[in-house]
Amino acid sequence: MKDFEPNIIGFLCNWCSYAGADLAGTSRIKYPPNIKSIRVMCSGRVDSVFILEALKKGADGVLVAGCHPGDCHYQSGNYKTNRRIKLLKKFLNDMGVEPQRLRFEYISASEGHKFASVVTEFVDELKKMGPSPLKEAK
Amino acid sequence: MKIGVYICQCGINISATVDVEKVAEQIKSLPNIAVSRFYKYMCSDPGQELIKKDIKELKLDRVIVASCSPRMHEPTFRTVLEESGLNPYCFEMVNIREQCSWVHIDKEKATAKASELIAGAVARAAFLEPLERKEVSVIPKALVVGGGIAGIQAALEIADKGFKVYLVERTPSIGGRMAQLDKTFPTLDCSACILTPKMVDVARHPNIELLTYSEVVDVGGYIGNFKVQVRKKPRYVDMEKCVGCGLCAESCRLHGRIPNEFDMNLGKRSAIYVPFPQAVPLKFTIDSERCIMLKTGKCGDHPLCVEACDRDAIDFGQKEEIVEIEVGTIVVATGYDLFDPAKKPEYGYGKYDNVITGLEFERLVSASGPTEGHIDVNGKEPKKVVFIQCVGSRDKNGNEYCSRVCCMYTAKQAHLVKEKIPGSELTVYYTDMRAFGKGFEEFYNRVQGEGVVYRRRELDDPIEVIKNGNKVVVKAKGHPDIEADLVVLATGIVPREDTKDLARILNINQSADGFLLEAHPKLRPMDTFTDGIFLAGCCQSPKDVPDTVAQASGAASRVCNILSKKQLEIEATIAHVDENLCRGCGFCVDACPYNAIELKEVEHFGHAIEVATVNEALCKGCGSCSAACLNGAIQHHGFKDGQILAMINALGEG
Repeated sequence: MKDFEPNIIGFLCNWCSYAGADLAGTSRIKYPPNIKSIRVMCSGRVDSVFILEALKKGADGVLVAGCHPGDCHYQSGNYKTNRRIKLLKKFLNDMGVEPQRLRFEYISASEGHKFASVVTEFVDELKKMGPSPLKEAK
Repeated sequence: MKIGVYICQCGINISATVDVEKVAEQIKSLPNIAVSRFYKYMCSDPGQELIKKDIKELKLDRVIVASCSPRMHEPTFRTVLEESGLNPYCFEMVNIREQCSWVHIDKEKATAKASELIAGAVARAAFLEPLERKEVSVIPKALVVGGGIAGIQAALEIADKGFKVYLVERTPSIGGRMAQLDKTFPTLDCSACILTPKMVDVARHPNIELLTYSEVVDVGGYIGNFKVQVRKKPRYVDMEKCVGCGLCAESCRLHGRIPNEFDMNLGKRSAIYVPFPQAVPLKFTIDSERCIMLKTGKCGDHPLCVEACDRDAIDFGQKEEIVEIEVGTIVVATGYDLFDPAKKPEYGYGKYDNVITGLEFERLVSASGPTEGHIDVNGKEPKKVVFIQCVGSRDKNGNEYCSRVCCMYTAKQAHLVKEKIPGSELTVYYTDMRAFGKGFEEFYNRVQGEGVVYRRRELDDPIEVIKNGNKVVVKAKGHPDIEADLVVLATGIVPREDTKDLARILNINQSADGFLLEAHPKLRPMDTFTDGIFLAGCCQSPKDVPDTVAQASGAASRVCNILSKKQLEIEATIAHVDENLCRGCGFCVDACPYNAIELKEVEHFGHAIEVATVNEALCKGCGSCSAACLNGAIQHHGFKDGQILAMINALGEG
């Protein structure tokens, strides 16, 4: 368990959070390589099925990041996702999966530092939790 | 299926942290890979040629480029596909620079991550489909928000190219901050003399419709087809009838009793007023917050302005009006606010009359200002003047940025004091002298030569201003105290207080400092992330007049590129319904923020059923509907369930 490196799948909205992650890059802010991101146009596109599938297919944690409240490029996608994720966390809990494996964050296009610190924190947290119990046996 | 994978070294930007050769080798073993290569710069001409040659010779039908952010070069590579006869949506980009090589240190781990990310793209590539871009017509009109020098310049340039421009200005007159300045550095041009002819050009231009005392309240639509709502505040003066004679203002019961904002509250106006004599349009406005008639419904036995106006222009019954305009593009040129020095109580601003801001000084020294250009402090000409720079700029606990204009406007103001008050003793407290522009250093040398004393202080060294009779004492660490008649604070530039509201209305972003965010700091400094909306002037970052004019002309040129096209291609990544899967529940209808989805009745195996249908002109491609659909019937093109799930599957394995 000591050498456990968690696998994180990120869903980043194109307009704010993906741009924020890009800014972390252009600013050369370092963070652990455990996250692999999928770009979606809006965090509102992130179907609950995506999150469950990610946890099932091998992710130890899922990060969904969207624009700050009021800043959504599509008006309200981030609110919908926020609600959906709150519900899904309860569901995960009922299934015996730590709800902390699912993380929702508001990260703007100017928050490169925030993106890097969120990922760093999340990796540390998941290292303590160990592998996802939902992971299919391989 | 034949997939070509191209891995970019980006000089050493990627290859220093990612072993691209190894990655290219690993990818070869994945399914459907016809070729996997790496190259120094994929975006270069030879890099693009490499892809084109492979598409032709190897008959590739899917292309993956692993390089920088798709926000940077996705359009470049899509064009490569298009030019090779492939559908541009058969392309997938992997970000192994901004989100891999630049942020990770361990080469082995970064290499593994790059391979996994590309494997995700390969999995997704199998599900990519050719898509057709929709063409939309372009409304050949532009909106310019803000009537300062940036907005004026942009509006004139666009209008000169033959396109209609709506110029919306919040205050009763265009002119903005530049109209408040006395002289401009380093050439000492009279600000009004170079600005007012442009203001008049705006008013007279047949292609410009000026909407002053108006605000943008709502923006909908998309590039080529924006729908904008503008609130026209009531002036209570009929614009057609008013000739700007000013008899009303002279007769007003509050004549000379209301602080004039244009003069930084140093001069006085009436309740009915023009902000300054060269205002454009030269039409009077009644200040509804101050006018006795509007506030109480009664002004003496009758309103004197009505009596004074022989044109019968005053109309207390005027109501606010919402005007809807349609434009193809928008230029945001909303300018800046000044840092409020009361937030730094050590400087004594607001407590002592002889501590003023740089802009207040501009009004004092301006021939059209409240003192007609006499520098007066409590009725006396100051002999000892101290200037303090970096007030509200370069502050580690506040605005971290440099406001770019304060060093030079202070030098100019020192020169003006020397010119107007012979024998005056001037000291400037500066932190670092930033005289970077054309003619700036020469001007700074000239001012020093005129006997202005420059004293350096460290940014962290406090300066305190305390009262001593009619004078103030400036105490700066490491320097002898100065007993001064006047202290001028070089207050910095800050974002407009309501920038956040504006950003929301326009659907654009702010940077960390609160100014509006450009699409790329180097290569797209006038663009925003929202296609068709551009930035000009200090709303984007502090800048001086020439830089503002240059950016405004650039934004105007970007606008004209769009307006000169009859048709514009827009993204094909919108929602589409499979009627066979749709159960007509309407969840997607509720999820759509644009009312782009409706339920319609269709005939299905002899039964009438309801299914969802997408209005393609309204759909903006967020994908919220796809996430809400339980049947997978409504799919977001380019981000279909199958495409994303394939990627999740591949990334999960890593």
